[in-house]
Amino acid sequence: MSPADTLWSALTALWVNKLRSSLTILGIVIGVAAVISLMSIGRGAQAAITEDIQSLGANQLIVQPGAATEGPRFLGQGTGSTLTLDDAYAMMDPVWVPSAAAVAPELSTGGQIVAGRANTFSQVLGVTPEYELAQEVTLSYGDFITAGHIANRSEVVVLGSRVSESLFGLRDPVGQTVKINERQFTVIGVMARNETGVWAGVFGETALVPITTAYYRLAVERTTQGSVSVDRINVQVKSPDLVDDAEREITNLLRLRHRLTGGNDFYINNFQDIIDSFEDATNTFVIFLGSIAGISLLVGGIGIMNIMLVSVAERTREIGIRKALGAKRKDILVQFMGEATLLSLVGGGIGVLVGVGISRLADGWSLAGETLNTTFNLDIVLLALAVSAVVGIFFGIYPAMRAARLRPIDALRYE
Amino acid sequence: MIILENVKKVYNVGSVEVAALNGVSLCIAKGEMVAVMGVSGSGKSTLMNIIGCLDLPTSGVYRLEDRNVAYLTDNHLAEIRGREIGFIFQTYNLLPRLTARRNVELPLMYSREPNRRERARYALERVGLSERANHLPTELSGGEQQRVGIARALAQEPTIILADEPTGNLDSGSSNEIISILTRLNREEGITVVVVTHSTEIAVRTQRIIYMLDGRVVADKPPGASFRKRVWEQ
Repeated sequence: MSPADTLWSALTALWVNKLRSSLTILGIVIGVAAVISLMSIGRGAQAAITEDIQSLGANQLIVQPGAATEGPRFLGQGTGSTLTLDDAYAMMDPVWVPSAAAVAPELSTGGQIVAGRANTFSQVLGVTPEYELAQEVTLSYGDFITAGHIANRSEVVVLGSRVSESLFGLRDPVGQTVKINERQFTVIGVMARNETGVWAGVFGETALVPITTAYYRLAVERTTQGSVSVDRINVQVKSPDLVDDAEREITNLLRLRHRLTGGNDFYINNFQDIIDSFEDATNTFVIFLGSIAGISLLVGGIGIMNIMLVSVAERTREIGIRKALGAKRKDILVQFMGEATLLSLVGGGIGVLVGVGISRLADGWSLAGETLNTTFNLDIVLLALAVSAVVGIFFGIYPAMRAARLRPIDALRYE
Repeated sequence: MIILENVKKVYNVGSVEVAALNGVSLCIAKGEMVAVMGVSGSGKSTLMNIIGCLDLPTSGVYRLEDRNVAYLTDNHLAEIRGREIGFIFQTYNLLPRLTARRNVELPLMYSREPNRRERARYALERVGLSERANHLPTELSGGEQQRVGIARALAQEPTIILADEPTGNLDSGSSNEIISILTRLNREEGITVVVVTHSTEIAVRTQRIIYMLDGRVVADKPPGASFRKRVWEQ
């Protein structure tokens, strides 16, 4: 039989039993629609989670000095003073580290901050202007530290929202003076409270000062290298894909600058491992949702098999007649496979439409306080269609083989 | 040319073996018109099924046009059924949801004939059913349905037509019509016709009558007075 004949014969056979065919198709429709809508919701959730982690710093590298090997005891990674402000400036050079979007060195100290009669204790970070971009700092009042402040070792400070609150209440503190470790600093800005995301609250308890000021005016330790030493250098890479490149570029640069021949005197940490494991977890979640929906598709497939077995039994005589008229095994096989595949493909097609409809409807709905975002991709549709076709073929093949294997004489005699 | 040599067919009914054919040797030449007669259970239908390649002998040799069917593959047998042998059944065996024309086209679909619409139309014309080509079998009378059955066999342009009690369900008028068509096909087109029948009216219009009993051929001669007498004695 030609393909057109097969299609025509399958269509007429299914048309004769309209109710039965539509119920079988309905089983597939439900299965495919469930797969598509659940996977769209799952993908949406995955995208939301990944976005959260990206904001945590998917494209962040943290360069820290190696452990101090001088002194009475080992203090661990990051305690050395081998990284300098000049290293950070070198890393800003696109010739050396083309993958870096922003380089923000920081020097961490802590101190008493006093304003009038109020006081608080907070972390004081020495930073450069790049910090604003690299850490995505937003300001609620005033301005950020400028290059001029760095050059002049200006005694200015950008307060964290909670520091500002505990010293000044809800007033705008810009222009006021505070004392940090007994030195006078002018408040030039206040960081906005970070309510959402993984950085929530992080900047609240911090005060930022120019890194040179932190080094020369506040820091306890000084290096002998004649340059400002830093605790860490935050590097924002242009895209998460370039993290490995950036790591290699920075390593090369620092090894040259530090004239290293042996091991590195610095560490580079990245978030990629964390991201990877989160992505694995969310993938599992999406696959899990898909599998649950897949069960209903499986049930739909069993429906097809059921109906095809009934159909083969009912039409045993027809099979006999066809065989007597010259139908080969293959012809009968193809005929019944065609019917099963047609059922599942029509079901798959309608299921895709329904599933897309559901995921569109579900988009933006809030569920248990979380806004449901659905991410709908063509690959889900193709997957669902392919799976439904495979279901049709898989569950159609046994009944069809039973039909094809019937001996013509037995089939003809069947009443 | 149909040659059977000591053909046996044994069915297993539960644990009991039943011999439907018990050593049949036959030769039917091209262009013959043969009637096969016998009481129910004498093995007529089994013989037809074996000649028609619907079933294979348990033992013995069946040669169809010098081919031993025991050595043919399933596909080859299907091809023979589709191209060389036209079946006509007592119960017509038309597919109920296909129109007369579609039913006639069915074997051509399997043999992948080109212009099958043309051939189907011509076949229906030859049995005088051109106007009823687009009717479903349920809309046709028994005689008309059987004529569609004949047209279906004709469309294949077979060399052999096997008719298993073609008039068993028909009134005498329709029966005559069917017999006339069959004899005409035999005489004018040289198609070998083997017809199983209970009806002596059909039998006497053939050239040769094979009488079967208990899976054996007990008489094989042209229709004549002596045979008729023998039939009536049974």
